[in-house]
Amino acid sequence: MSVGSASLDHAGRPDGVLNADALRADARRQALGLLALLSPGLFLVFSIIIVPIGWLFWLSLFDETGQLSLANYARFFEQASYIKTFATTFKVAFVVTGACVLFGYPLAYMLSQLPRRAASICLIFVILPFWTSVLVRTYAWLVILQRKGLINNWLIDLGVIGQPLPLANNFAGVVIGMTHIMLPFLVLPLYASMKTIDVDCLRAGMNLGASPAATFRQIFFPLSLPGLASGVVIVFVLCLGFFVTPALMGGGKVIMWAMRMEQATSLYSNWGAGAALGVVLLAVTLALLGLFQWLLGARATGVWSRR
Amino acid sequence: MSTENSLPISHRQRLWLYLLGGLVMLFLIAPSVIIVIMSFSGSTLLQFPPEQWSLRWYQSYFGSVEWRDATIVSVKVAVMTAIVATPLGTAAAYAINAGTLRLTGAINALLTASLIIPVILIGIGTFFLYARIGLNNTLTGLVIAHTVQALPLVVLTVLSGLRSYDMNQEMVARSLGAGRFAAFFQVTMPQLRFSIVSGALFAFITSFDEVVVSLFISGGETTTLTRRMFNALRDQIDPTIAAISTCLIVLSIVLLSAAQLLGRGR
Repeated sequence: MSVGSASLDHAGRPDGVLNADALRADARRQALGLLALLSPGLFLVFSIIIVPIGWLFWLSLFDETGQLSLANYARFFEQASYIKTFATTFKVAFVVTGACVLFGYPLAYMLSQLPRRAASICLIFVILPFWTSVLVRTYAWLVILQRKGLINNWLIDLGVIGQPLPLANNFAGVVIGMTHIMLPFLVLPLYASMKTIDVDCLRAGMNLGASPAATFRQIFFPLSLPGLASGVVIVFVLCLGFFVTPALMGGGKVIMWAMRMEQATSLYSNWGAGAALGVVLLAVTLALLGLFQWLLGARATGVWSRR
Repeated sequence: MSTENSLPISHRQRLWLYLLGGLVMLFLIAPSVIIVIMSFSGSTLLQFPPEQWSLRWYQSYFGSVEWRDATIVSVKVAVMTAIVATPLGTAAAYAINAGTLRLTGAINALLTASLIIPVILIGIGTFFLYARIGLNNTLTGLVIAHTVQALPLVVLTVLSGLRSYDMNQEMVARSLGAGRFAAFFQVTMPQLRFSIVSGALFAFITSFDEVVVSLFISGGETTTLTRRMFNALRDQIDPTIAAISTCLIVLSIVLLSAAQLLGRGR
């Protein structure tokens, strides 16, 4: 790397100039090397995700006769069934996100207050379902909730009800199943952010005479809001595009966005319609994430994937 | 940390919190526990707890050629995915960690795109692309698609390992005459091995459990276990799936514990 230590080189230029050239060449070589390390992964992602989505976007701009038109998008406003699908999707997403906050916040709070050992044991209850297949968990809820499922059998045996309750194959079933699947996506980032809240802040509050409830309300809760917001955005966005649970537990009555996309492409081979739905879904997803980043100045952190 | 952590609030005052938290934990874990117990039921009825016990659903799982073939396909694809995604992800994480490249933000965004883009869109897009290049219903196609899904997890796992690794060690090795590759393989990689193996485990289970993309691009002889399960669940509730689910839960536990132990080893 270093080129001589004399103050002048053969060409009579000061040492630094040639050295700088060599260093620049070395940096360039290094950057190329790093790019080479990245390129296989980037190439795969680019060709499997970006190219087909771009292609689908292009397709969505043409109608069935091959004319350039916005017919695929106009349909969303014109056909009642699409409007109903969007309404259902947002309704499910709102209810599931709300349920996740309601159940997830106390759990994350408890985990953050427990001693380390106890917390890591309790965390297993969050992480194990998180890493269990979505299909397995949806199947479990089908077994528990369906007409002749566990809950109905129990309630009938106990004489609480005469007729089985409609718990699966409807809106309630979808919401229960999805809440179970989404809960870890809220709890894990929320717990992580709660762990970073400085206990001295809370202790100071209590020293100054605040009751435990006031300490929580005025100090802990506001400090936990960014973590909560992060979890909420992740859950909401995942809900919008969720497929497996509504497809299996909706009983054909709860048609969500992703199911509509699957129907359009697999059932009707209408690529334009399916693609247009996908483009809007992606746009809404990115807009929500962007909005979050803009509002809080931070990226929605957390554990994604596992859908 | 745990001792300084405590506020002057007694456990008794927190009883409601423990109760609520405990109920949510029960909600989270109960379905898996119920399925494991149900898988040993002797009857086709959904009774809990079962009145008779048997291994008939396991026999029905292992005895069925269709389920066995689907399982073999899933295992093959998951192993291959781990083999492909781990080196690619490790290389990418190394390059990102070096942090000297411009566009690091864009590179990160692209590599983790599969976590942000709705998976249904990826499924349809992949199906559409594969239809044109003849990769639908092939093992190769499944491995490529799953690798893209697993890549971000490997990258993130290895990156977190690299963050707690002092890159100067590699510099020392290089200044002592080791080449770039020798320095990486002899100095850096041995110290990252736990993160790398964890990444491989995550890649394996990501592929093994993947449903939506497989639903579109697998079929015929390459039907994955998850696709077959999905279709079986659409028809009716076959208790055989309880036995399969139990196997999947056990697999998750084993892989997670392995990753956890490796994390401790670091």
